[in-house]
Amino acid sequence: MVLAFNDSMFPSLPWKGFTLSWFLGKGPDKIGIFHDAINLRSIFNSFRVAIAVTILSTIVGTMAAFLFEQEDFKFKNILYFLMLAPMVIPGVILGISLLMFSTAVGLFFENAFGWNIKMLSPGIWLVVMGQFSFITTIVALFVSARLRKFDRTLEEAAYNLGATRLEVIWFITLKYLRPSIIGGAAVAFLMSFENFNTTLFLVGSDATLPINLYLQVRDGSTPVINAIALLLIITTSTLAVTNLYLGRKNHE
Amino acid sequence: MKKSHKFGIRWGFIIFFTPVFLWLFMLIILPHLELLRMSFIGTDYYGKSGFTLENYGGFFKEPVYWLTYVRTTLYSILVTFIVLIIALPVSFYVTKIVKVKFQGFLMVLLLVPFWVSELIRIYGWIIILRESGVLNYFLTRAHILKQPLEMLYHDATMILGLVYTTMLFMIVPIIGVMESLDDSIIEAALDLGASKLTIWRKIIIPYCMPGIMSGSIIVFMLVLGSYLTPKLMGGKNALWFTEQIYNQIIIYFNWNQGSAFGFLLLFISSLIILAALKITGQKFSQVIR
Repeated sequence: MVLAFNDSMFPSLPWKGFTLSWFLGKGPDKIGIFHDAINLRSIFNSFRVAIAVTILSTIVGTMAAFLFEQEDFKFKNILYFLMLAPMVIPGVILGISLLMFSTAVGLFFENAFGWNIKMLSPGIWLVVMGQFSFITTIVALFVSARLRKFDRTLEEAAYNLGATRLEVIWFITLKYLRPSIIGGAAVAFLMSFENFNTTLFLVGSDATLPINLYLQVRDGSTPVINAIALLLIITTSTLAVTNLYLGRKNHE
Repeated sequence: MKKSHKFGIRWGFIIFFTPVFLWLFMLIILPHLELLRMSFIGTDYYGKSGFTLENYGGFFKEPVYWLTYVRTTLYSILVTFIVLIIALPVSFYVTKIVKVKFQGFLMVLLLVPFWVSELIRIYGWIIILRESGVLNYFLTRAHILKQPLEMLYHDATMILGLVYTTMLFMIVPIIGVMESLDDSIIEAALDLGASKLTIWRKIIIPYCMPGIMSGSIIVFMLVLGSYLTPKLMGGKNALWFTEQIYNQIIIYFNWNQGSAFGFLLLFISSLIILAALKITGQKFSQVIR
């Protein structure tokens, strides 16, 4: 029911009384998006952030999965608990705490060494860090779910044949994990692309697309938002469906 | 864990451990300690800063603050319950009643909006519900309403929006658990004359408890920490606590007060999640999967 609603949300637009003009006006507006410097820039920013976050969180997330599934060490439970923590910390809190921390570190460097580190003031890099901090957890959970099902005897066999641990991981375990790593990366990309709460506090002047859209919705909407929204829906649904489809194929 | 591989294993451990530790230490532990520290720092009239409880004191002294706090918490709990009550039959329908053929199709339908950003989904509702929106257009056309009605900016609308945006985070984990529930148990109960309500209470809900808990935790946390939906759909004078935090930090630039608020929000979310886990006897690391 709710879903049918969602599907009809955008097709329903042309029914509206005055939407005919919106709809007709969409032609120039659609061209408008590609000429709208602010919106274009925010889309570009979002892509940059999402790509950086995806790469970072996929690597670290996979490492975390290995660490918690295959290694044994002291304080493992505490560390595991900490890794899960970002799932239950509201994004807003993650955002402000990182903002405070980076400002404190930035101040420290400036006072102690006179360095002015750009990376630590609100902006793209801080957004990447903020999103990375919780998206990595999601990737890690994604990858460990598959790693848990991995048949360790395969590794044993490789060891017996004289492989080193890193060789085993590179040639065998990672090959086995590939679908879940790709899946995790896709999830990371989408989550990063549409993250709002954490980004809000860290963003500075380089607004990402959700932030930019939010400002436009808040201050009164124009058909441009609809056009962007429509494009976004199509893109994300295609990505999501592809991902689901691939996931199912791998599952079988 | 085999310890037979003398070489490499410690290397493997170090390679995996270092980035993970750095991530958790630099981006989770230290920032939150800094947040805690900032919340206890205040500046006096001479511009000197020092330890103070003023930030927390201000929270309790000013009714606007703690009223928003209580309101946010209560509404979050309410929304979580509404979501749960809707999600249970929906996931039951998807996993048990629908034919297997359509199951995949339904799952895709369920999951795709999951990926469309919250902002756009809220925007869709705004288009439908606002005074000049789709719904009002039809209602006035059909002469049900004489005048367009402002349906946005009520608490009820806000709850609707929150329920809608978080629904899938409840349905997905519940479906995950419900899939493995053996139909024959339900059939046996039916044969023995159990009523539908009894079956739900005694069989389905206890069985799905891990899914219900993880869904509830995620939904509760998302609602409590949401900013967009209350801001865009809620009433003008009905603040959400996250908006208070935003105002303190971004508008008034009062970071110490903002940190105190942030910590209070973190406190209540952890407290309620822990309480819920205690009551239902679930373990945190088992619930979050």
